[in-house]
Amino acid sequence: MPTVTVNGTPVTFGENEKLNCVQAAQRAGMEIPHYCWHPELSVVASCRMCLVEVGDVKPDGSVAMQPKLFPGCQTPVKDGMVVVSNSPKVETAQKATLEYLLLNHPLDCPVCDQAGECGLQDYSYEYGRGYSRLDEPKNLKPDKDYIGEQITLFTDRCIMCTRCVRFTREFSGTGELQVINRGSKEEIDIFPGEPCDNKLSGNVVDLCPVGALCSKDFLYQQRVWWLKGKDSACAGCSNNCSIRIDQNNDTVYRVVPRPNPRLQAGGHFMCDDGRFGWKYVHSENRLTQPSGPGGVTDWTAVLTGVRETLVKGAAESPKRVAAIISPWATVEEAYLLCSYLKGLSPDIRIGLGPVRVVGEDDTYPKDPAGRPVEPVRFTIRAEKCPNRRGVEAVLQHFQGTILQGSQLVKAAGAGELDVVYVLGGDPELGYSDDDVAALSRVKTLIVEDLLASPLTRAATYVLAGGSWAEKDGTIVNHQGLAQAIRRAIRGPGDARQDGRILSELAQRRGLYHATTVRQELAGVVPALAALIVGDLGDEGIDLTGPAAPVATLQTAGSSN
Amino acid sequence: MPKCEPVLLARVGKPDSASLATYQRDGGYEAFKKALKMSPEEIINEVKTSGLRGRGGAGFPTGLKWTFLPKNHAGPIYLAINGDESEPGTFNNRILMEEDPHQILEGIMISCHAIKSNTSYIYLRVEYGKSYRVLKQAIEELYAAGLLGKNILGTGFDLDIYLHRGAAAYICGEETGLIESLEGKRAWPRIKPPFPAIEGLFRKPTIVNNIETMACVTHIINRGADWFKSMGVPPDPNNPRDAGSYGPKLYCLSGHINKPGCYEIPLGVTSRELIEEYGGGVPNGRKVKAVVPGGISMGFMSADELDIPLDFNGPGKAGCLGLGTAAVVVVDDATSMVDVLFNCARFFAHESCGQCTPCREGTAWMQKILWRIRSGQGELRDLDLLTEVAGSMGIIPGTTICGLSDGAGWPVKNAIQKFRPEFEEFIKSGKKVIRHAEELMAAAH
Repeated sequence: MPTVTVNGTPVTFGENEKLNCVQAAQRAGMEIPHYCWHPELSVVASCRMCLVEVGDVKPDGSVAMQPKLFPGCQTPVKDGMVVVSNSPKVETAQKATLEYLLLNHPLDCPVCDQAGECGLQDYSYEYGRGYSRLDEPKNLKPDKDYIGEQITLFTDRCIMCTRCVRFTREFSGTGELQVINRGSKEEIDIFPGEPCDNKLSGNVVDLCPVGALCSKDFLYQQRVWWLKGKDSACAGCSNNCSIRIDQNNDTVYRVVPRPNPRLQAGGHFMCDDGRFGWKYVHSENRLTQPSGPGGVTDWTAVLTGVRETLVKGAAESPKRVAAIISPWATVEEAYLLCSYLKGLSPDIRIGLGPVRVVGEDDTYPKDPAGRPVEPVRFTIRAEKCPNRRGVEAVLQHFQGTILQGSQLVKAAGAGELDVVYVLGGDPELGYSDDDVAALSRVKTLIVEDLLASPLTRAATYVLAGGSWAEKDGTIVNHQGLAQAIRRAIRGPGDARQDGRILSELAQRRGLYHATTVRQELAGVVPALAALIVGDLGDEGIDLTGPAAPVATLQTAGSSN
Repeated sequence: MPKCEPVLLARVGKPDSASLATYQRDGGYEAFKKALKMSPEEIINEVKTSGLRGRGGAGFPTGLKWTFLPKNHAGPIYLAINGDESEPGTFNNRILMEEDPHQILEGIMISCHAIKSNTSYIYLRVEYGKSYRVLKQAIEELYAAGLLGKNILGTGFDLDIYLHRGAAAYICGEETGLIESLEGKRAWPRIKPPFPAIEGLFRKPTIVNNIETMACVTHIINRGADWFKSMGVPPDPNNPRDAGSYGPKLYCLSGHINKPGCYEIPLGVTSRELIEEYGGGVPNGRKVKAVVPGGISMGFMSADELDIPLDFNGPGKAGCLGLGTAAVVVVDDATSMVDVLFNCARFFAHESCGQCTPCREGTAWMQKILWRIRSGQGELRDLDLLTEVAGSMGIIPGTTICGLSDGAGWPVKNAIQKFRPEFEEFIKSGKKVIRHAEELMAAAH
């Protein structure tokens, strides 16, 4: 196997693998500092932070080093190559580059959003000289809050790495951001009246290694060191981009994408719909307590009432009992409800709730006229729910077929049902007024959901469930990747995560623990057998992979 | 050194020298016809044998550069001609373009035949209005005469030459900056590899040559490689990387000199000969203090170094960056080196393209430090800081993508090393020499 030596540590790589020095060092657990290089963007080698010494091992075993420095990002590693990033020569260059980058930087860390997660702070501490020798006045550049609806630019903090410019050119294809002026007077800017408002614009904030591009939504909301991050996955569409939920005191302040090689663009990016679309979590319209007939708001009483209704219905006429599970439910929730109801009676029918589809898949990059350009690098899915495939796999197993919830709504309207259990979770109600009217005709309507809606108002029992940020569970994206979502915050008031509600409804022993349920269902549902590992890790588990029984799931997932 | 018969400048100043008629009357386009009968390989060999090195500044052997093109390349190959003459003190290309454009165009046509290119772009700096008009007229004449276009002279050789005007930036003269600018982009030099000969203009194999180089090609084909090689300086045996400096060269003499101008002299003339024999000495009976050997990016030679030959190898011996464009600027002993250096630093701070951190920030910082020194606020340690900054940037230490910052650092390093006592004396005096007009200008920027 080809081997490169990085700071004395041998690193092997594949015959056909293309690695640069930065990546080779990463593989050995070492960092070569860099700003402009990003694995998903083109290489410009302009920040000059990643300078290294390179050389070759000669046949006699001696090492011949090149006299000049090379940018590690631009230099591919070869077999027998020697890369040094900690020699005095390299360290001098790193100090010089950092001193230059900080020359005109305002050092306004106390009021800067990026402080605490800033590339300039981190590298200055690690590689810098700790003081500046600039005696002259710094360049002053104007702040540009007009740069986009979601983003703002603190021009004087910018280090001109051009990551943002390359992103809008190469990824969104919209090319709004550009460099104006020359030399140390350079600035990032837009063409007048053409702000950076594409649906991927929020990514430039993440890409910015300093505090130049900031999110207007997050601006001055929270110091980043107060935030507690929880790895999760976005529920905004069927991509399930891997994210980190940053919260403090049960308030979500932002979500940011989290690299995941199993997802498009390596998981480095997400769309603005997902990035800013979670605000319903803190909606004033959230259900904060359960309710039942006679003004009961006690969980035990409500759940007992629900249970008795279901047991009675199943015993008397199970064909007149039904449930509708939203594709927003986790695999665990779908399993808990299915196994409970089918345990009461196999004749209880369970359908798939409304799968919200908005427009068509939105692909990037686009050309200036907004037309998609090949090759596609990022797609925002039209299917605006996180777990259709997961819920379908459970339904398929328990019922042999996937019954559409709309048929059950119709049956309710025709007076064929007495009890209907609606397991929701979609922040946008997928039921029309006619649907609500139809469901209102049943004797007992049980609704477990997030937000108060015409449906909850029509319900006999309302169970205040949890949003995606409040629950542990598994969601399966459009390509069959199962990822864990994790409970980052507690729900408002007395709302509970749905897994716990269902677990208590089914009178299962002990506390709800997603991993336990996940392993249990893996043993029951063959299509989800790969979930037996319990811990899905950072990247999730590909259910369509060779280890998983493919056929069942593929029949389950139809359109994608 | 005996004065030689001018070849490149032979027709300059003659009546109607820019027209096709007079050019053909003087034997013009005979070299092109001769070249059309030669195979491309023969032309390349002839140019290689002549020892012609690029006249744009770096002095890379022209014939060798042409051989870097991929063999049997199916798609288009481009010849881009660098007419973005921006190095301060340099005006040789301008004289050629304005006065005798056809010898350049003939060189381009011969070179295109040699590298199997059917398209050439002349990248012209926008300030050269007359050059643009004269070249445009000359190209139109060639199309009208059937010397450009399809099937030239019935040989089956097609060639189009396009004139492209830049938007005035020093960096557009950098090989890959020029290519980016030709493509309609911001002239940020590209990272290499790939080199332009493999992937250049519009991602196709491209050769970038200088205007004067093209004129030399015409005469090499016309008079033979031996004629070209009969002039100049053979390789320095002590420098294994020196390929020798052959042929005539246009030296641009300016600054404090009685007879400034463009002089055609075989490579290897010394600054002293240039100043005394050609330039008529320094005005007002003053003495030479410093000489810029080839545009300010090459650094300074002191009065003790005037006998070093100005060939491709010579200025390096005096600690300069190289011969550059052979634009010799004379600085007399009444001039403050602090002012000269500030002017250099201001130029490079203005012209740094801003892509690489060390150059973008370093050039501007050096200008600020020198401004402070000139405002009487300097300290002795500033000289070491300037030297450190100047030495930290450039393609030679590997900290930048292109050579602009080597050129920005070199005058600083040379001036402080060679004239340090003057700088120290100035700093200790605490004198303020910034004029009111300069302050207004700085405020406006």
